[in-house]
Amino acid sequence: MENFSNLMTGFSVALTTYHIAIMGAGVLLGILVGVLPGLGAPNGVSLLLPLTFTMDPISAIILLTSMYWGALFGGSTTSILFNIPGEPSSVATTFDGYPLARKGQATHALTLAFLSAGIGALFGVLVITGLSSWVAKFALKFSSPEYFAVYFLTFASFVGMGSASPFKTVVSMMLGFGFATVGMDTISGSLRLTYEIPDLIKGISFLIAVIGLFGIGELLLTMEEGLRFDGIRARVSPREVLKTIATLPRHWVTLLRSCLIGCWMGITPGGPTAASFMSYGLAKRFSRRGKEFGKGEPAGIVAPEAADHSAGTSAMLPMLALGIPGSATAAVMMGGLMIWGLTPGPMLFIERPDFVWGLIASMYIGNVVAVVLVLATVPLFASILRIPFSIIGPVIVVVCFIGAYTVNSGTFDLWLVLAFGLVGYVFKKLDYPIAPLVLAMVLGDKAEDAFRQSMIMARGSLAVFWSNGLVGTIMTIGVLLLLWPLLAAGISRVSGGFGRTPSIRLN
Amino acid sequence: MNSKMSIAAAVCAVIFGATAAQAEWKPTKPVEFVVTSGAGGGTDTFARTIQSIIAKNNLMEAPVVVVNKGGGSGAEGYVYGAGNAGNPYKLIFGTNNQYLLPYVAKLGYKPADMVPVASMALDEFLIWVNAEAPYKDIKDFVDAAKKPEGLKMGGSQSKDTDQTLVSIVQNATGAKFTYIPFKSGGEAAVQLAGAHIDANVNNPNENFGQWKAGMVRPLCVFSANRMAAGAKVAGDMSWSDIPTCKEGGLNVENYQMPRTVWLPAGVPDDAVKFFVDVLTKAQQTPEWKSYIERTSQTDRFLTGDEMRSFVKADEEKAVQVFKKEGWAVQ
Repeated sequence: MENFSNLMTGFSVALTTYHIAIMGAGVLLGILVGVLPGLGAPNGVSLLLPLTFTMDPISAIILLTSMYWGALFGGSTTSILFNIPGEPSSVATTFDGYPLARKGQATHALTLAFLSAGIGALFGVLVITGLSSWVAKFALKFSSPEYFAVYFLTFASFVGMGSASPFKTVVSMMLGFGFATVGMDTISGSLRLTYEIPDLIKGISFLIAVIGLFGIGELLLTMEEGLRFDGIRARVSPREVLKTIATLPRHWVTLLRSCLIGCWMGITPGGPTAASFMSYGLAKRFSRRGKEFGKGEPAGIVAPEAADHSAGTSAMLPMLALGIPGSATAAVMMGGLMIWGLTPGPMLFIERPDFVWGLIASMYIGNVVAVVLVLATVPLFASILRIPFSIIGPVIVVVCFIGAYTVNSGTFDLWLVLAFGLVGYVFKKLDYPIAPLVLAMVLGDKAEDAFRQSMIMARGSLAVFWSNGLVGTIMTIGVLLLLWPLLAAGISRVSGGFGRTPSIRLN
Repeated sequence: MNSKMSIAAAVCAVIFGATAAQAEWKPTKPVEFVVTSGAGGGTDTFARTIQSIIAKNNLMEAPVVVVNKGGGSGAEGYVYGAGNAGNPYKLIFGTNNQYLLPYVAKLGYKPADMVPVASMALDEFLIWVNAEAPYKDIKDFVDAAKKPEGLKMGGSQSKDTDQTLVSIVQNATGAKFTYIPFKSGGEAAVQLAGAHIDANVNNPNENFGQWKAGMVRPLCVFSANRMAAGAKVAGDMSWSDIPTCKEGGLNVENYQMPRTVWLPAGVPDDAVKFFVDVLTKAQQTPEWKSYIERTSQTDRFLTGDEMRSFVKADEEKAVQVFKKEGWAVQ
C-alpha cells in the first residue's frame, strides 16, 4: 500500500504537460533510432545524454527512458518488414514476424508485435511497482553459478528449435561461441583469436554480426531470387489493426509466460535479448502448433516481443535499487544518474523518492504513449513494403552500413559486415540455422565468464551448480529442458500415444 | 548524432584542414572525447563531467563529442588514439592503464604513442567487506586470509589495478587470496553486498551506495593520509573516519589510480597547451569540486613534468608486481 501512495505521488510528478511532451519526443526519437539497425537504444541514449546535463534529473530520465521504449518498439519494425533486427533483442521477432509479413500480413504482424510489447512493458512496470523491495533483495542472491545456470537454461530452452538438423545447429552454435571468444578475455586478461590485428582487440560486436547475417545475407538472397520482396501486396488498413487487437486474448498463456520470463531475465539480469530467445524457445516447445513456428505463427511474435519488453522494463529496477544495470541501455542511464548527481543504489529509493517514483509513473504513461504512437505508424511502415525493391534494396544496404559504422565508429566493422553477409548467404543456401550462432554470440562470453568465475570460487568443483536451492533448481530445469525431446518421446511411447506429436503442454 | 558529427567533422577536416595548425592553436571543429571505458564506467563519468563543465562554463567554443571505446580493458580507445597520430581533435580519457596495459598484453599501441595532457584526480582504493562479516579491522581480515582456505576477493578485470593491488597485499602480508575477475567494479560491489565474495578493493564511488545502505563497510584506505572529511555516510562514519591501511598495520602505504587525459603523439605543442588551459580552468569550477566530493577522490591536478614523473613512479611500482606474478609479456 505504501508503494501505491508513492506511485500516486509519482504520477503527480510525471503528469505535467512538459513531461508528456518530453515523453512524446523521446518515443519518436527512439522509434527512429530503433528502426536503424546498429544505432540501437544504447547508442541513442548516449547520444542524447549531453542534452540532459542542463535538465533536472526527473525530466532527464523521463526523456532517456521514453527514448528507450521507443527504440525497443522501433527495433521490431525492421525485424518484421525486412528480416533485419533493429535491436539485438528483436532477433527472435524475425523468426515468425518476417514470414508472416511475407504472407502479406505485415499489418497483422506489426500490430501484434507492438501490442504484446506494450503488455510486456506494463507487466514489467507492475512488477517493479509491487515488488520493488523484495525483488531487489532477490537479485542479490545471484552470483556467478546462478548466472551460468540462467544462461544454461536459455541455451537449453532454445536447443532443437527450427527444422535444421541437430548437426547443423551445433555447427552454427559453435561458430557463434568462437566469434564470442575474440578479443580480451575477462578472466585471464589475455587476448584470444586476435591474430595481432588491433581492430579485433575489442572483440566482434554482436550487432555487426546481426546486421551482416540478417541484413546483407537477406538482400543477397533476395537479389538472387529475382530482385523483389514477396508479400508486397500487404493489406494496409486501420481496420486490420483493430481486428488484430481482437485476436490478442487468444494468446494469453503465451503472453503470461513470456512476461514472467521477461521479468525474471530483466531482474537477474540476463537481459532482454536472452529473454526473447528463451521465451520464443519455450513458446515453441509448449505450443500445440510447435511445427508452425518459423512459418509465420502469431504466437512466435507474441512470445519474444512480450518477453523483450518486460525484461527491458524490469531491468530498470536492479539499476535503481542495486546499481547493477540489467541491460546495456540501463548502463548508459546509470552513467547519466551519476552525472546528474544521484547515486544509483539502495539509498536512492529513500533519498529521492520523488525521482524514483516519478520515473516509475512515467514508465506507465510513457509506454502507453509509445503504444499509441507506434500503432499509428503501422500503416505507414507496412506501406514501405510497396516500394519496389530496386529502390528499397539499395536504401537498406546504405542503412545497414551506416548502422554498422555507428556501433564503434570504425571502418573495419564495415568489412566485417560484408563478411558476415556472405556467411549469412551461405548459411541460408546450405540450410544452416542462423539463430543458434546469434544466441551463442550474445551469451557465449557471459556464460563463459560466469562458468569460469564459478570454477575459481568452487576450486574446480562442478557441485557448485547444485550448491543451493536456487542454482540447483535452475540447473535442473535446464537439464530437463535439454533432454525434453528425448523424455517426451519416451513418455508418449510408454503411454502408447504413437500418433501424437511429442509436444506436451505444461499448463 | 555521434556518427553524423564525426562525418561532419571529417568533411570539415577536408575543407578546413589546410588552414588549421597555425600559431595560437584553437579547435575549429568538434573535439572528440575518447573514453577508454564503456558507458557508465568511472572513466565515462569522468569524461562526461568534463564535457558538462566545458558546456556550462563556455570553456571552449568547439562542441564536444563523447565516444566510448572501452573494448579490451580500454585498449580499443588507446589503439584508436595511437592511430590518430598528429590529430589534436582526439582527447583520450583513461587511467593508469594507458601505460600499464601494454605490459600485460600484446596490444597494437605503445604508451609513447600518446602525449600526457593532465592527470586530474587520484581515485582511492579501499578494502571493503560485507557488513555482516566478522572482521573488525584490517588485522582481523589479514589473519583470516592466512588460514589455509584463504579468502575470496573480487575485482574489476584481470591483471588490472584491482588484481595488482590484491597481489601487493598478498606479498606484503603472506596472506592468501583467491582473486575472481568481474567485468566491472560495480559487479564486484554487488557480489560483495550479496556475500558471494569476502572482500573487494573498490574505489569509493563504486561501493558508496552499498556502504550508505549498510550492506558493506570499509576496513581501510590505501593512502598515506586519511581521506577528506565530508558528511556522515553510514551511521556516524564519514570518509575521514576510515583508517589508512598503514595505521591498521598493513604495510602498503599508497595505491591510487590517476584519472588521465592524453593527446595523440605528434600534435602541435600549442594544442597540448590549449587543452591544458581548458582542463586547468575546468578543475577550478565548483562543478569539478562537487564531482571530486561526490566520488571521494583526491583532488590533485598534475600536468607537464609533474605528471611525467608521477607516471614513471607509478609504472615502476606496477611493473615490479607484473614481473613477480609472471604477467609481463615484454
